Amino acid sequence: MEKWECDVCGYIYDPAEGDSSAGIEPGTSFEDLPEDWVCPDCGVGKEDFTKLD
Amino acid sequence: MEPVLLKEGIYWVGAIDWDMQYFHGPVYKTHRGTTYNSYLIVDEKVTLVDAVYAPFAGEMVERIRKIIDPARIDYIVVNHLETDHTGALPEVMKLAPKAKIFCTARCKAGLEKHYYGNWDYEVVKTGSELALGRRTLSFIEAPMLHWPDSMFTYVQEDALLMPNDAFGQHLASAFRFDDEVETDLIMEEASRYYANILYPLSKLVLKKLDEVAGLGIPISMIAPSHGVIWRKNPGRIIEAYRRWASGEWLPRAVVVYDTMWGSTAAMARSIIEGLAAEKVDARLVKISIRDLNHIFTELLEARLLVVGSPTVNRSHLSVLSPFLDELTGLKPVNRLGAAFGSYGWSRGAVKAMEGKLEAAGLTLAGEGLELLWVPDEAGLESCREWGRVLARKVKEQG
Repeated sequence: MEKWECDVCGYIYDPAEGDSSAGIEPGTSFEDLPEDWVCPDCGVGKEDFTKLD
Repeated sequence: MEPVLLKEGIYWVGAIDWDMQYFHGPVYKTHRGTTYNSYLIVDEKVTLVDAVYAPFAGEMVERIRKIIDPARIDYIVVNHLETDHTGALPEVMKLAPKAKIFCTARCKAGLEKHYYGNWDYEVVKTGSELALGRRTLSFIEAPMLHWPDSMFTYVQEDALLMPNDAFGQHLASAFRFDDEVETDLIMEEASRYYANILYPLSKLVLKKLDEVAGLGIPISMIAPSHGVIWRKNPGRIIEAYRRWASGEWLPRAVVVYDTMWGSTAAMARSIIEGLAAEKVDARLVKISIRDLNHIFTELLEARLLVVGSPTVNRSHLSVLSPFLDELTGLKPVNRLGAAFGSYGWSRGAVKAMEGKLEAAGLTLAGEGLELLWVPDEAGLESCREWGRVLARKVKEQG
């Protein structure tokens, strides 16, 4: 599963880690994050993330 | 100065900082001071929207006192936790210890780590409403416009938007409204503010403008947290933000350079002549005598950035480095770049500058121009011609 980077602040969403601050379990792909999930560091939405190669 | 009435029962109770020269520490030179705008809404629930920088707490409290005893403040809305809007909060909380603070979750977390006060908070989100009596406030979260905690407050009955730092200007003035201060001056400072603070967040600015437009709410007045209040023409600044955030450009070029013994300076002046000959508004900036934020303001609507430096130690003069570093952070979109400079034995400045322009996202408009030692008339003519060629690129759409 790919990592995704926040275009605004540089936070990297790593599916292997999930996002404990939002109750996202490890193993959750970026695509499976809820639509209202936001960057845990700066608060912008999923649409402001770019997939890392 | 007395409090200033915005709408019936809504007052400006902020402070004017005529002396502010550096904002954000040494980063941002404010040429014309600033204001910290704080607003008091006198309703069944007395509400303060944003506060001021700590050294101005007394000034704000005195203004509030001319309207009402500060102990009667029931609610405090904090749109943004940055210290120029919250430094006076501890003082206000001393005078009104039971006041409840309304802010975003990120703002609450930040305020707790700034002031460590045992304060009563209520976290709000986009769509949350707060009834004050005759009036109702609604809130619009605005993450990264320009901090994660930022939000806008809207007074429904008065169609009054309080967007904190958005639409602001660092402009100290004896007057509070857009119709009382020269429009060109306000717009210059609004553009400086945008170029230096919001420019890299332009994509978010556009989305937020669309979101607010999509709400279909009337906006009769915009009261930002710095500078004048948009009373006569709030549409002017909304339209300007849309233009700036869209990356629209004018046929304009900015030549940013420095020089050791004058050769690169002579090249720069000839390049300006060439650009101007093709009717491109070309502006020359010697970097060592200018503030960076002046340059970024000039660049806001310019299509082309030309950088010039002689070669020293196989690269460009280090005086250009802070500018080129910050350019990378501002992420200009849809802009052209080019580099030039003189050299003595080995080259390197142009290649180094071109690399940094490309790293910042600019598209090179053409080959760089390098001249050996001191340019003669033929050398200067090659600079003019280089300027003319660049000017034609500037005027191409794309």
